[in-house]
Amino acid sequence: MADKQRSCLKGVGLTKVFGLGRTRTVAVDHVNFDFHEGEIVSIVGESGSGKTTLAKMLLGLINPTEGEVYFQGKKRDISSSRKKKEYWKSIQAIFQDPYSSYNIFHKIDDVLLDCIKMRETGHLSHEEKVVLMTEACSFVNLKYEELTNKYPFELSGGQMQRLMIARIFLLKPKILLADEPTSMIDACSRATILDMLLKLRKETGMTLIFITHDIGLAYYVSDSVYIMEHGKMVESGTADQVILTPKQAYTKRLISDVPKIHEEWDLSTVTYSKS
Amino acid sequence: MLEVNELTTKYITRFKEDVYAVDHVSLKVEEGKSLGIAGESGCGKSTLALSLMGYYFPPLHYTSGQIIIDGKNISGMNPDEVRRTILGTEIAYIPQAAMNALNPTQKVINFIQDVIWAHNPKMTKSDVYDFARQRFELLGLPEEVLHKYPVELSGGMKQRTVIAVSVILGPKILIADEPSSALDVTSQKMVIKMLLDLMETGLIKSMIFITHELPLLYNVTDDIMVMYAGQIVEKGTAQQTVFDPIHPYSKGLMGSIIVPESGLRNAKLTAIPGVPPNLKRPPEGCRFAARCKYVQPECKVHSISMREAKGDREYRCIFTEQQLRKDYENG
Repeated sequence: MADKQRSCLKGVGLTKVFGLGRTRTVAVDHVNFDFHEGEIVSIVGESGSGKTTLAKMLLGLINPTEGEVYFQGKKRDISSSRKKKEYWKSIQAIFQDPYSSYNIFHKIDDVLLDCIKMRETGHLSHEEKVVLMTEACSFVNLKYEELTNKYPFELSGGQMQRLMIARIFLLKPKILLADEPTSMIDACSRATILDMLLKLRKETGMTLIFITHDIGLAYYVSDSVYIMEHGKMVESGTADQVILTPKQAYTKRLISDVPKIHEEWDLSTVTYSKS
Repeated sequence: MLEVNELTTKYITRFKEDVYAVDHVSLKVEEGKSLGIAGESGCGKSTLALSLMGYYFPPLHYTSGQIIIDGKNISGMNPDEVRRTILGTEIAYIPQAAMNALNPTQKVINFIQDVIWAHNPKMTKSDVYDFARQRFELLGLPEEVLHKYPVELSGGMKQRTVIAVSVILGPKILIADEPSSALDVTSQKMVIKMLLDLMETGLIKSMIFITHELPLLYNVTDDIMVMYAGQIVEKGTAQQTVFDPIHPYSKGLMGSIIVPESGLRNAKLTAIPGVPPNLKRPPEGCRFAARCKYVQPECKVHSISMREAKGDREYRCIFTEQQLRKDYENG
């Protein structure tokens, strides 16, 4: 089991600037964080707060303008494509839109076989691979026999998202970054996806990072919550601290804007903005 | 205000297959009341909204049933006539992407002129402007929005502008179909406030609010109706349906609510296994039977009708309320 105190992913002064001159935008502004091993973390913010940019930097898809990422206590090195591939064995992601997450020319078998290949478990016979794939599919309540020889577009959105989790099941990364994994599906399938992710985390002890605007979800799943506003981390702490007793005005407003069912949802605080 | 009896509508696909997306739906919205419709994606919520307005353009077709708006029966009316005489003046509709209705090459005021002149060509330009300005003021929208192009407005502002324009002809009923789902929480709250203001000031008499987000629905509407596979499975007040659901499907749905409130962290979530049935070939008997935890062989034989329960509620199940409650207690 992973050690909860050991730092898994750490960011120091992480900054990303897009554009130059008049169009210069600071998307992420000197952000510091420290995610421990086996922890469930949520990064919460409204649209345009820079949470996806931060996620891309964590994944190594874009380079930070300033600042460093430390992976397991050491400075992350992804300067060559080989090192990047090595890094991606430890960190994997699930994205918001399952429809654009797959290569449309690759059959589902290829998708899963690629994952097995990435694990480097030595040579496996075809039968052994099929056993692994069947196991992964049954973990997410899909039937491998029904999926084989199909293309991703033949599946429904919910099935595709579950197949994504099957990939993660095969890869068993140290960190899973889920960027709005449930914002395109309804409340009922959301429960199914969350259940699977939490079950998988229990088995593998991986660090789970949720990027979301859904404060209810963040509160429900995470150990610690980070709130972002306009590229800055404005508040962080345990889920109970941040969501139930917020300190910053921005966090307070954000949480009061979420519709609740046991407490009263105060509509009198609405002020119409001028933009 | 709005009464619907046994409304059934279908889609006819390219391959001449019938999809019964709305199946024998009856509902009633009284003046000053709002009704919420909840359900999974693809259960027929939006189709019901279109059907209520008499918006029967292919592939949607009217099959049977009655729609009575303010004493006027519009079922079987020619859709073009509906568009001229009903839409906008009797009943208005706000889809999820309402903001895309704004013409990017037109200022908001020109858009409003087009809407008003289509129904009342005699109104002068300055009258239209004064009327629009008053309305905007009443609804808390700044006057300068009238002189702006849609690209200059934020998403929430565009959505609120379109809502203001959609009620400018004085409809009695407003159907809001996921009006705030594409917005962040702060803009969502503004949109909801605006809809409630519309009700309060009497600009609209009744509202139908469609969403899959249950905490929101609970806060907005008086009554809630749960839909599953084209049928209504439960009807009751918001309080009853959210905190004390009768039908197993509603029970599952309410169990999937996540809200950031103390004591609800790591509460058990119930996920309903399986997928909704294909409406091209709906199953015999109860449509929820395949996913129901408490299913019995007799569920799958005859189609189930709505039955009444205490507190003026209705649900669609063969079991009595007591039996279901006992089942829930035993897990």
